[in-house]
This record gives sequence, structure tokens and C-alpha cells, in this order.
Amino acid sequence: MKTLADLKKIREKAQEEMKLRGGNVRIKIVVGMGTSGIAMGAREVMKTFLEEISNRNLTDVLVTQTGEKGLSSMEPVVDLIEDGKPKVTYGNMTSDKVKKVVVEHIVNGRVVSDYVVATGN
Amino acid sequence: MSLKRIDLLICCGSGCVSSGALKIKERFHEVLQEKGLVNEINIIETGCMGPCDYGPVMVIYPEGIFYKKVTPEDVEEIVSDHFIKGRPVARLMLQDEEEKTFSTQKEVPFYQKQVKVALANCGYIDPESIDEYIATGGYEALGTVLTTMSPQDAIEVIKKSGLRGRGGGGFPTYLKWQMVHDNQAEEKYIICNGDEGDPGAFMDRSLLEGDPHRILEGMMISAFAMGATSGFFYIRAEYPLAIKRIKHAIAQAKELGLMGRSIFGSKFSFDAEVRTGAGAFVCGEETALINSIEGQRGNPTPKPPYPAVQGLWGKPTVVNNVETYGNIPTIFLKGADWFASMGTETSKGTKVFALTGDIRNTGLVEVPMGITLREMIFDVGGGMSGGHKFKAVQLGGPSGGCLTTQHLDVPVDYESLKERGAMMGSGGVIVMNDEKCMVNVAKFFMDFCVDESCGKCSPCRIGLKQMLDILTRIDSGYGKEGDIEELQRLGEAISKLSLCGLGQSAPNPVLSTIRFFREEYESHIRDKSCATKVCLDLMHFHIDKNRCIGCSLCAKKCPVSCISGSRDEKYTINQLPCVKCGNCMDVCPVKAVTKVPGMHPEVAAKRLAETKLSHNYDE
Ligand SMILES: Cc1cc2nc3c(=O)[nH]c(=O)nc-3n(C[C@H](O)[C@H](O)[C@H](O)COP(=O)(O)O)c2cc1C
Ligand code: SF4
Ligand code: SF4
Ligand code: FES
Repeated sequence: MKTLADLKKIREKAQEEMKLRGGNVRIKIVVGMGTSGIAMGAREVMKTFLEEISNRNLTDVLVTQTGEKGLSSMEPVVDLIEDGKPKVTYGNMTSDKVKKVVVEHIVNGRVVSDYVVATGN
Repeated sequence: MSLKRIDLLICCGSGCVSSGALKIKERFHEVLQEKGLVNEINIIETGCMGPCDYGPVMVIYPEGIFYKKVTPEDVEEIVSDHFIKGRPVARLMLQDEEEKTFSTQKEVPFYQKQVKVALANCGYIDPESIDEYIATGGYEALGTVLTTMSPQDAIEVIKKSGLRGRGGGGFPTYLKWQMVHDNQAEEKYIICNGDEGDPGAFMDRSLLEGDPHRILEGMMISAFAMGATSGFFYIRAEYPLAIKRIKHAIAQAKELGLMGRSIFGSKFSFDAEVRTGAGAFVCGEETALINSIEGQRGNPTPKPPYPAVQGLWGKPTVVNNVETYGNIPTIFLKGADWFASMGTETSKGTKVFALTGDIRNTGLVEVPMGITLREMIFDVGGGMSGGHKFKAVQLGGPSGGCLTTQHLDVPVDYESLKERGAMMGSGGVIVMNDEKCMVNVAKFFMDFCVDESCGKCSPCRIGLKQMLDILTRIDSGYGKEGDIEELQRLGEAISKLSLCGLGQSAPNPVLSTIRFFREEYESHIRDKSCATKVCLDLMHFHIDKNRCIGCSLCAKKCPVSCISGSRDEKYTINQLPCVKCGNCMDVCPVKAVTKVPGMHPEVAAKRLAETKLSHNYDE
């Protein structure tokens, strides 16, 4: 390392690794992991999100989970929360749907209205 | 890029390690392995998070959930409920008396009035990862200073910030740097003082263990400013983890080229090594410390010459405290004005304290200068534990003085504390409740100083021993009129005549307790009574016959068989042989045994007879 620019490179990479601790997160994905959610495949959904995000190197996206969401007929349920925009809730998620949401919504910024079950709070 | 979705930060500071943090970490590894979650969860071992009393503590991101007093048995539940189902475990969260639950670290009241500068990363990053330090802005200050500033510019920044030494003396940091900078010597040295000998203090240890790169960076900036190219970390051998972490940090910095030759492409080169101290309190004194690094006995030498003029191997040397260095990178990153905006007229920035004693939240805190003692003890410290009343607070350890209720609104700054006979010290704070005897407290510190005196100069070596003898006499019931005055006379003389700060400040605890609790000394001497029942010779045990049910348990447990009686007559203590072990009180099923202040009249009479006898004998 010889310059501040070199340091900056290391810092940016390291900040990415630490993003869970509150780095710059653009979109937060919250997977409902209540008992029924898990029974309906919520873990698989979450894993697919993690994999897709990792494969595409989306450094500003965070995956986290929450308990029961009270939408048990539509499990697995996922919220996409983006700063300054209304929350989007997707229902009846599967691995394939996750892939589509990642490409359309997260990368291209277009909500996949077919899967949406609720918006706003 | 990883698949990780949770950062599990386990506090592995010394407090939490002693309450079992390492076992919990192991258990997490096992359970995550069993459940196939290893790829999703990062386990990070951090330095002290602060609220050591609640240890083992941990914080779980992204939410920042805070768990306290976690046991290995809780791990399974955390994993299955929180990590898998997303339902944080409420029973492990902090609650206040009104049963309000604080789920995230941000909400915990303990942190509310704190401002973390030196401790910013402590408990937040992995201290063994230089990358994590860099992610928080680490080494940016060094790079900026080396590539855009002259040494004099750097000194000006520190001057403007108002930073003063955190090792106890409060000497303006820039002044020392300037003196060494102006000295044209070929070779100059820089030393980091990590001796930390005050009983109960663990600020510097936590900083070295929890964020070693910060201290290293601060030291390098200082070295550049004054023109030193090599440095020493002086750390006591009792701190093996701190030593390991600093060595590791040095190796990592060298590997990345952040240390060594021509750092950031500048002309500045720097190397540092670690020297371990054997743990004598006096070795924290800068001249003794320098002697110790040179391989000599760790004895102080007279000042002047000051180390800045003639220090290590006779060369100009700056000795700064660990926390002093810990502030430096942030001062350069955020600006001198930002730093100087915190605190009072003469004391800028923040101070790290180790809060201990009879309060709810013992632990490591960092507060802005100028905060009142009341805020520190009652808001940050959570107030007195066990429903007791506040009596006194000792700042500055064995060199400091105690303050009382009347001082609770005194702002914490170098001058305000000094005016009242206490001192900032290095950051040890011992809060005492109404069960503490101030004579006993003074004796404890005096005992410590007598042990730690290096013996080089007679006021300290002989004088402190005299003071200890008088205190021992007072607390064992042989105190006499004039003892208080004699303690004051000795204390003042020793303060004036001792060679180094140890002797000069050792009388402080005695002098300040006499100043604020003189009546306690008087009742020890005149009434042979210790109101708090701490001094064993000045209290006795008593059995209340109306309560006693004659079970004989106490008599059986008494090691000197001085309790006798029967079921009908009830039991009594024969006061003369009683050794005050307190077993009787512990075993009594009906709490008939109590402590009573004052020497028992029978004992007093016997002692009087003995002194008369020895007088006759003398004649
Ligand atoms: C008996 C005695 C013990 C001391 N112990 C320490 C210590 O453990 N750590 C420390 O930094 N300074 C200690 N000091 C103060 C040092 O002599 C010196 O003033 C300090 O390291 C300077 O650094 P600073 O200006 O950054 O505070 C001690 C002083 C005395 C008299
Ligand atoms: S004051 Fe005490 S510790 Fe200091 S030099 Fe004298 S004897 Fe040694
Ligand atoms: S233990 Fe208590 S109740 Fe029993 S004999 Fe002793 S004083 Fe009495
Ligand atoms: S050691 Fe864990 S909080 Fe201090």
C-alpha cells in the first residue's frame, strides 16, 4: 500500500464485509420465518435470496428475518424495504420467484406486481 | 461476497471471558455446525462492550439485538428462535426495574449519555482484523497526515484540539510533542504507556485488547509529528492478550505496508516493539518506565531532566498513555474543532472510565468531559446497587481523593476535581455506599502504596509506612488523640518531599477522607467505634435473646467455641475470645445474631488493664 487510494480500496471491500453492522444498505429483505412460513419453505426462499445476492455481488442489499407476519395463507412472505419508498410485500414465494424478484425489483427497480400481496405499512 | 446474514458479536473482553464468554462462543460454533448454519452466520470475537456486570454480553446484527448474562444453555434457543425463526429471545434482553425491555444495544440506558471516541470500535469490530479497523476509517488519518501535513501542522491540530494526557497528569499533549519536535537530536523515541497499575482500572487494557490498531495509528501520527522513528509499547505482563493483540496488529500493519519504510510513499519510516513490565505500579511513572525498558531497575529518577529532553537511552522521548493515542486518529479525521466542542473550558473531548464499586452498571464507559459525577454514577452507572445510599466516590485510585454527596454536581474536568482534593487520574472510579468505612478505605490505598513504593527515597519509603502504622492503630482500636493531626502532618510532608508522583500523591486518599469524613476518624479514635461495622476491632457480634430459639447452631459453628448457652437460657457470645469470623451470623436460622458498632465494653476493659500493666512494667 502506497497511497490513500489503495487504502480506500481496502476500506470499501472491508465495509462490504461489515455491511450487516449498518453499512450503506439500499434494500432490506425481510423474510417471514414463523412456524408456518418455515413449513411452507421460507428457509429455502431465504437461502435463494442469499445466493442470488452473493452471485450478483449486490453489496447494498441486506437479508434478515422476522417472526410470524399474520399472512399465513400466503406464506412464505417477504418484505422489501427501500429507503424513501413504500414497503412491498411479496407472498407465496418460491425459489424461482425469488430469482425473478432479485432481477426485476432489486436490480432493475421494477416491482413484480404479480407476486405482490400488500404495499405500504 | 459471502452468504452471511447475521453478524454475531460476542464480547470477549476480560470481564465477559471471566464470566464464561469463551464457552459460549464454542457452543455457538457447535450448534451452528449441527444446524448447518455455518455459512450464514459470522461469529466475531470483540473487545469489551462496556457493561461488564451483565456479562457475558453479545450483540446480534443487522438488528443490533443486545443479550446479557448468556449461558451455554441459552445458545440452542438463540439459534433456533432468533437465527432460524427470526424471533429474538426476550428473556435474555435487558430490563429495568419497571420491567421495560430494551431489545437493541442502542436503546440500552447505559449507553445513552456516553460518547465513544477512543472506544468507538471497542466491542464493535474484530480486534484481530486490520480490515475491520480500516472499514471504520482506520489509517486514513495517518495517510492524510503523512501525505498532506508537515510535523508542525500535525502538532498545531493537536494543540487546537486541546487534548491533554489521559494517563493521570493531564499535561497538554501538544507541548510534549513540540518539545521533542524542536529538539534537533538524531534519534528520538516514542513510548506507549500501557502499565496501568491502579487497582480496579482496566481502561487501557480494554483499548489495547479491543482496538489495537487505533493505538498503533495514534502512536505513528505522534511519532511523525515529533520526528521519532521507533517506538515501544510498555505493557504489563499480566495483560497477555493485550500484548498478543498489539504484536499481531504490528505484524498486520507491516504486512500491508502501513508500518516500516516510507509509509504512504512519504519519507516517514517507523517501527515499534513491545516490552513487558513485571507489574509494579511505580513502573507506570515515566522515568521508572524508561529505566525499566533500558533493562535497569524500575526506579524513578528526578525530573528535570524531563524525558522530552533526556529520555530513553538519553534521547528525547515522548511517553503518552494508551487512551491519549486512542483519541488521535479521530481528532485528525473529524477535526480539532469537533473534538474541542466537547468538554469544558480547560478539559476537552471525552474520558474513558472504569466504573466499579457499589453501583448497578459496573463496566467501561466513555463520557464527555464536563459531565457531572451525578450523571456518571446515577445515569450511566445506573445508581447504587442493592438499595443502598451513595456515600463517596474515589477517583484516581491510590493517587486520588474521594468526593462525597456534596460534590455530585461537580463537573468531571481536570481542574474542578483538583480544586476539591481529588483528581481525574487515569480513569479508575470506585463508587462506595453507606456500608463502607472511610478509614478502612484510606488504609487499603495506603497499604497498596506502601507495597508499591520502590524505596528509593525516604519520605515515601519511611513516611508512608508511618502513616500506615497510624491507620492500623486507629482501625484496631489503639488510636489516640493527635493521630489525625499526625497523619495530616506526615501526609503534607511526604507530598512535598517525595521524588516521584507515587509518593507525592499517596497521602491523597488519607488527606481527603480526613477532610470530608473527619468525624469517622474521631469516632474510631475516641469512641472506639466503627459505625459501618467494617473495622473488626471496633464492632462486635451480639445475640438477641428475645429472638434466639436456642438451636445451638452458632455454638457448633464457632471456630473458637466462644458461644455457650442452652435451649432455655438461650445463647451468648463470650466477647474476649471472639475472632469476629461471622459464622454465627451466617448460620443463625432466625437472624438473632447482629453486628453492633463499637468495641465491646469487656474487650475495652481488658485492653485498658493490659496497657496499665505494661506501663507498670515499663516503670
Ligand atoms: C506512580 C505512578 C504511576 C503511573 N502509572 C501510569 C500508568 O499506568 N499509565 C499511564 O499512562 N501513566 C501513568 N503515570 C503517568 C506517567 O508518568 C506519565 O505522566 C504518562 O504516561 C504520560 O502520558 P499522557 O501525557 O498521555 O497522560 C503514572 C505516574 C505515577 C507517578
Ligand atoms: S516517591 Fe516512592 S516510589 Fe517514588 S521514588 Fe520515592 S520511594 Fe520510589
Ligand atoms: S444460631 Fe441463632 S437461634 Fe441458634 S442458638 Fe445461635 S443465636 Fe440462637
Ligand atoms: S468485558 Fe464484556 S462488557 Fe466488558
